[in-house]
Parts: sequence; C-alpha cells; structure tokens
Amino acid sequence: MKIKRILSLMLRHFYLIKGSFPRIFDLIYWPTVQIILWGFVSKFFTMYSSYFGNAVGVILTAAILYDFLFRSSISYNMLFLEEIWSRNLINLFVSPLRSSEVICALTSTALLRTLLGLVPAVFIAMPLFNISIFELGFPLYLLLLSLYMFGITLGLLVTAGLIRFGPSFENVAWASLFFIAPLGCIYYPVDILPEWIKPLALSFPLAHIFEEMRSILVNNTVNYKNILIALGLNIFYIGLGIAVFYKAFKSAKNRGTLVNIGE
Amino acid sequence: MKSILEVTNLKKKFGNFTAVNDVNFSLNEKKTIGLLGPNGCGKTTTIAMLLGLITPTSGSIKIDNEDLNPRDHQFLSKMNFASPYVELPKKLTVMQNLKVYAMMYEIRDPLRKIEELIEKLKLQSLIFKKTGELSSGQRNRISLAKSLINDPQILLLDEPTASLDPDTGDFIRTFIEDYQKNNPISILLASHNMNEVKRLCDHILMMKEGSIIDQGTADQLISKHGRNNLEEVFLKIAREKNEN
Repeated sequence: MKIKRILSLMLRHFYLIKGSFPRIFDLIYWPTVQIILWGFVSKFFTMYSSYFGNAVGVILTAAILYDFLFRSSISYNMLFLEEIWSRNLINLFVSPLRSSEVICALTSTALLRTLLGLVPAVFIAMPLFNISIFELGFPLYLLLLSLYMFGITLGLLVTAGLIRFGPSFENVAWASLFFIAPLGCIYYPVDILPEWIKPLALSFPLAHIFEEMRSILVNNTVNYKNILIALGLNIFYIGLGIAVFYKAFKSAKNRGTLVNIGE
Repeated sequence: MKSILEVTNLKKKFGNFTAVNDVNFSLNEKKTIGLLGPNGCGKTTTIAMLLGLITPTSGSIKIDNEDLNPRDHQFLSKMNFASPYVELPKKLTVMQNLKVYAMMYEIRDPLRKIEELIEKLKLQSLIFKKTGELSSGQRNRISLAKSLINDPQILLLDEPTASLDPDTGDFIRTFIEDYQKNNPISILLASHNMNEVKRLCDHILMMKEGSIIDQGTADQLISKHGRNNLEEVFLKIAREKNEN
C-alpha cells in the first residue's frame, strides 16, 4: 500500500469539494437543519412532558450521533458514485491504485467530508439549545469511532453492490441506512422492541452505541462493556464489508462488468 | 527486436459465449499494432484483459517478459490507456486532473512532466479550465496527456480520434507518431478509422467473432484480400460474418 496513491485519490475529491460552493453548502446544510429540527422537537417534549427531564440532551445527542453515522456512510457512497458519474472509474482501475488503497482513500475522505458537515452543526447546537455532545466525555470518541466504522461498513457493502450490479444499485445507496435505522434503537431503548427482534437489534453495533449514549446522559454512568461490544461487532462487520467488496470486485472482473460500470 | 508484450492463447468466456478465443500476438518495442474488426469482435475485451479489468478464462499475458499477475498492480505502472469513452473528472481543471494522476502514478517530478506534456500537446490555454468545459477534441488531448503521464512502455488506445474533426484527428495522429519516434513506447491501437490504422500501425490484427482471422501490414492485407484499401478489406470481413 502506497500513501502517495491514497493521497492522490483524496486530492481528487478535495479539488472537487474545494471548487464547488453547492457541494460545501450541501455538506453543511443537512446536518445543521437536522439538528435544529430535532432540537426544537425535543425542546417541545421537555416543555410539555414531565417524563424526560433532559429529553433535549438525549434526543439531540442521538440526532447528532445518528447524523455522524449517516454522513460517514453517505460520504463513502458519494465518493464512489462521483467516480461513476464522471466516467472516471476505468482511469482509476487501470492505474496502479490497489483496491486496498481505494478503500483507504475513500474511508479517509469520507471522514473529512463528515466532519466538515457536522462540526458546524455541533457548534450551532451549543448556544441554540445549550447542548454539547462533548458532555459524553471520553467515551464520546469511542462511540464516534464505532459509528464511523459502521458507516464505512455500510459504505463498503453499497460500493460492492455498485461494482457488482452497476449504477442501478444507486437507490440502495441512499436507502441503506434507513433499512437498519429501526433496529439501531437510535431514539428509543432496546426494551421498546418486541422480544423476538431484540437479539437481531443487539447483533448490530448501533443498539449498543445508542444504549450507552443514553446510559451516560440519563444515568451518568459509563458502561465500557457496551462500548467494547460495539467495537467488537464493528471489527467483525468491517471485515465482512471488506471481504464482500473484494468478492464483488473479483466477480466484476470475471463477468466483465467493470468495463461498463459507468454506462 | 525486444518483445514488450506477449499474448499467448488468450481466451475469455462469459458463460457459454466465447468473447475472445485463443488470441496470440506479440508487440515489439517502439512498434504499433492495430486491432481491427467489427463491433463485438472482442477488441475491447482483449484490451480490458491486458489492463487487468477482465480476468481471462485461460492463456497468458507477459509484459516485459514477466507474467501478468492480476493481484500485483505494479504492472499497471508500465502501461496506460486512453479512450474518448472514458473521461476525466469534469469538475476538475486540466491541471488538477493531471496533478492527481501524476501523484497516482508516483511521478518523481510531476510539474516538469505536466509542463512537458502541456507543451507537446499544446494545452497551454486550457490548463486552468475545467475539463467538462472543453470540446471533445480538447478532452481527447487531455486524455492523451493523462495516458502519457507515467511514460508508459505500453500505451493502449481505443479509438483515440473517434468523433474528431479531420484537423484535430490529424493533430493527434501526428503527435502519436512523433511521440513514438522520440520515446520507447509500444502502442496497441483499436480503431475503426482505416486511414488511421494504415498510417500508425506496423502490424494489423483482424479480429472476427473473438479470434484473429488474419494479420499483416496494411499493404499485405490489401493485397492478400485483393482489395483497393483497408476499408474494403474490413467490409469484406464484416460482410462475410453477416453471410455466415
């Protein structure tokens, strides 16, 4: 693996974002709108319900973390789709760039894109709703790492689908996170789910991540077991994502579909 | 003369369909081979296998006397490819695109190389324009510049002058000729422009239904098939296919 080749692909996307105000605006706009919207919704709950004293903090933090996951995954997919739309994939595939370097470049660029969108939104939430995700303390960074890993895993699986099935798989790219969201227990505890769905929900890292977030904000206790389970599951899923990506790439080379992927 | 590319019994099957069937040829240093044949005869599949985009069913490809290992992408640093059907990112300027690819191919002195190509391909006025704003002729020149960024030993060109006006087409053909005179580069050219093939190629492979059915210089093929020019040879072969 060569760092220069990884940086070259990152540079290509940096140029793309740097040269397009609508792209920068789009990156920042959606997380900000999402956070403001959820901020007001949760403020309403606080004012009219005695059930959840710190509903604003819990729901808004969940919204910010979910958006981090959403942006990581969508950014990864977008970077790959940009190559398909610009009919540049063949140029990449006939260069010495390895699949592992493509994964590294897209993973790193997706993180930068995600942070570019989310950091302004986080700082807007602070004065507007008196909420800071940094209240989660050190575990926040472990939760963000877990969310990022799962976002990249979904990105890898969708990218594998794009390689295997072509641009028609694009719709799945947009919908991928919504498939998994109900099982992620983002805004509600796992206990809300029917008994028979619970094991399925707990087999994904999201339920553990958001359970832990609520535990820290509501009970002021950090349960590192949840964090470690989430990280462990993520290592498994990201390994699976990489394996599926490689399999799709190999299959596309055998079937000859790489040549027509942009058409 | 040193052989830079050696293709032996190359075959590709997609299910029951044989796209390329026992193709054999050898490309020598500083020579140009033309791939000719009707649409669907296996030219693109052959090129794609040479570039590692398609895994052959059987056969071998040797580059500079080394077996092509699809897992080792290093062989791709000795090659490059240009086609009007493959584009560079349109939102990036010409300079940005060339910088990205210079970095991707790990060019030691990228700016010097880019400046050299800009001068040779007369791109000075286009360098800070977005690639998507250029005409198809200009984009072809940029694509050619990208394909030469790594000083490839083997250049694969797929219809490099398709849809270009005669003046721009002639500029590109003259450029390729001059470039090859001054650089150790071997070229595999797929084209439907018979004048281009006759002018640029030292040897022509005529493909039909996945196989090489004839080969030789343009003059040898014209004389062998008893026709007046290469286009008539091509038509004869294409129509023989239809009659079958």
